[in-house]
Amino acid sequence: MTDSRPINCVVLVKQVPDTHNVTGEVMSKDGTMNRGALPAIFNPEDLNALEMALEIKERTGGTVTVVTMGPPKAANILRDSLFRGADKVVLLTDRKFAGADTLATSYVLKCAVEKLGNYDLVLAGRQAIDGDTAQVGPQTAEKLGIPQITYAEQIIEITGDKITVQRALDHGSEIVRCTFPCLLTVVNTANTPRPANVRRQMERKLAAVPSEYAAIRTQWPDFESDEALDAYLTKHDLKIPVWSAEDIGATEGSIGLAGSPTQVHKVNFVVLESTESKTIPANAEGIAAMIAELVHEYIVG
Amino acid sequence: MTAKNIWVFIEHTDGHIAEVSLELVGKARELADQVGTEVVGFLCGHNVEALAQDVIAHGADRVILAEHEELALYRTLPYARVAIEEIKKREPEIFLIGGTPNGRDFAPRVASAMRCGLTADCTDLQIGDYYVKKEDKTYKDLLFQIRPAFGGNLVATIVNPHTRPQMATVREGVMRKPAADAARKGVVEKITPTFDAKDLVLEVLSHQIRKSTINLKDAPVIVAGGAGVGTADEFALLRELANLLGGEVGASRAAVDSGLIEKVHQIGQTGTTVRPRLYVAAGISGAIQHRAGMDQSSKIIAINTDPNAPMFQIAHYRIVGDVGEVLPLIIKTLRERAMDQREAE
Repeated sequence: MTDSRPINCVVLVKQVPDTHNVTGEVMSKDGTMNRGALPAIFNPEDLNALEMALEIKERTGGTVTVVTMGPPKAANILRDSLFRGADKVVLLTDRKFAGADTLATSYVLKCAVEKLGNYDLVLAGRQAIDGDTAQVGPQTAEKLGIPQITYAEQIIEITGDKITVQRALDHGSEIVRCTFPCLLTVVNTANTPRPANVRRQMERKLAAVPSEYAAIRTQWPDFESDEALDAYLTKHDLKIPVWSAEDIGATEGSIGLAGSPTQVHKVNFVVLESTESKTIPANAEGIAAMIAELVHEYIVG
Repeated sequence: MTAKNIWVFIEHTDGHIAEVSLELVGKARELADQVGTEVVGFLCGHNVEALAQDVIAHGADRVILAEHEELALYRTLPYARVAIEEIKKREPEIFLIGGTPNGRDFAPRVASAMRCGLTADCTDLQIGDYYVKKEDKTYKDLLFQIRPAFGGNLVATIVNPHTRPQMATVREGVMRKPAADAARKGVVEKITPTFDAKDLVLEVLSHQIRKSTINLKDAPVIVAGGAGVGTADEFALLRELANLLGGEVGASRAAVDSGLIEKVHQIGQTGTTVRPRLYVAAGISGAIQHRAGMDQSSKIIAINTDPNAPMFQIAHYRIVGDVGEVLPLIIKTLRERAMDQREAE
C-alpha cells in the first residue's frame, strides 16, 4: 500500500463560530444573531484534514505542520493541533489581514506555505462552516501553482512521487492519481479525527503566542516576567511562531480588504414571516382540523 | 471592443447537460436582456458538439465549444486552462457556474488565476448600480450576488466593482430552467485547445456515478427531519408519513451530520433546493441555509419542541411538540381518513 519516502504535510485550518448549533436562543427577535452565544471551534472538516495528515505521517514518516490565519485567540486550535499530534504550528496574524475574502486569504496562506517550504502535500478541510464557500483550498493551490484534489475521502496509495486518492462526489466517487506536490481538500466522511493525546497535552499545555503570556503568568506566577516565560517556552519548543504580513513577504495590495475583490454592498437581516400562519395544538383534534384544511385546499389528496 | 458578455459554464455527464447549467442559461438570458448583451455557453468536452444546440435552445446566443480528448472527463487543470485563456482573450463581464462538486472545484481555480471576485452559492442574482463613496463613483450594471451569510440570519449582497469577470456559483434548483426553443438560432465557435504536460499531471483512474434513487426536486410532498429527530425509529416515522403522502424524505444538514440519513436527502443551501406542495419540517430549527432550500414550498408544517425555532417564522402550521408524538398523530389521522373514505365508497 505504501512504498514511499517521508511525506511532509502542511495543514491549513480555521477557527470558526459554531454555526451548526444555531438555536432559537442564538437568534434575536429582529432576526440578527447573538454572536457571543456561539463558541469558537476548530472548523470540523479541518480536523478531518489534520487527521488525514497524521495518518499519512504514520504510514510514511515526515512532518505535519499546521497553519492558521486569524486573530491571536486562534492559537487555541493550534494548541489543539499540537495535542492531537502536529509537529509544528504557525499563527498568521496581522491587522492588515482583516477583512480578507477567499482570494486575499488564499494569497496569505500561499505566502506562508512557501515560507515553510519543503512540502509535499497541503491539506485543508473542504469548507469552513462559517462561509461554506469551499474556495480557499482551490485558490491556494492555484496560487502555489500546484494541482488540487478536492473532496478527498481516502488515500488509496502513496509512492515516492505520486498519490492516489478517492474523491467523494455528490452521487458517486472518483479515483485520481497525481504527482507531488499537490493540495487536498478533505471531506468529513474521510475519517474520525483522533482526540487530543493526554501525554502530549500535558507536555504542551503551555504552548502559547506572546499575546497570551500575561494570562499564563497569572496562572503560573513562577514566571517573573514575560521574558522569563518566553525564554522557557523557547527552550522547550513551546513558543508558537507568529508571522505577520511582513514576515511572509505578502504584498500589501493583495491582503486584507485591499486584496479582496468582493465587497459587501448591503446586508439584510431577514425575518421571514409566512403570510398566514396558525398554531396547531399538538393533539388529535388540532391535527385532524389541520389535515381537513389541507385536504380542502387540495394540498393533501 | 469588449462585448461584456455573460458566460455560463456548461457541465455535462454521459451526453446530458446538467440541469443547473440550463437553469443558469435561463438566468443569464434574463440579466443579458436587461443590459443588452449576449449569453455565451462555455462548453468543454470530447464529442459534445451535439450539446451546443441545446444550450442555444435554452437561451444562449453563442457557444464556445472546446473539443479535445483530454477534456472528455472534467479535470481541474485542463478545464481551467481553457477557461483562463478564453477569458483573457474575450473578457466576459460575468461568469456563472453551477454549484456542483465540479463547478465548485473549477470556479475558485479560475477566479484565483484571474484575481477576480467569486461568490459561492448565490440564492439570487440581479443587475444593479453600486456607489463607492471612497471613489465618489457609481458602477453601473454590476452583478448583485445575493447569498445568506455568516451561518445565520443575514442575507448579503456582494459586488465586485473592480475585477472581471464577476463570478458566482449557484446551486441546482435555485433558478428556474427555461423552456427550450428548438428553433432558436445561435453561433457555435469551435476551438481546439493545446495542453502541456503540467496540465495533465492528474489522471482519473476510475469514475463512478450512481443514479440517484431519490428525487427530491420533483417530489410533491417532502417530510424532512432535523436535529430534533434523534433516533432511527423517529426517522422511520418520517418515511412512513412520506409514503402515506406520496412524497420523499428530506433532511437538514444536522440530521445528515448525525449519520441517521444519507447526504442525498439534504435540503438547503448546500443540498437540494425544493419547492413542494407540502413541506413537513420535523425537528428542524430552521437555520437560513436550510430555509433557503425550502422556503418556496406552498405549505409548510413545522414541528418543534422549541417555540422560538426560526422555522416557525415561515411555517403556515406551527406545532409545538415532540416529533415522536406529533408524527404518529398525523399518521393516525391520515390512516383513519383513508379508511373512512374506503367505507364511504
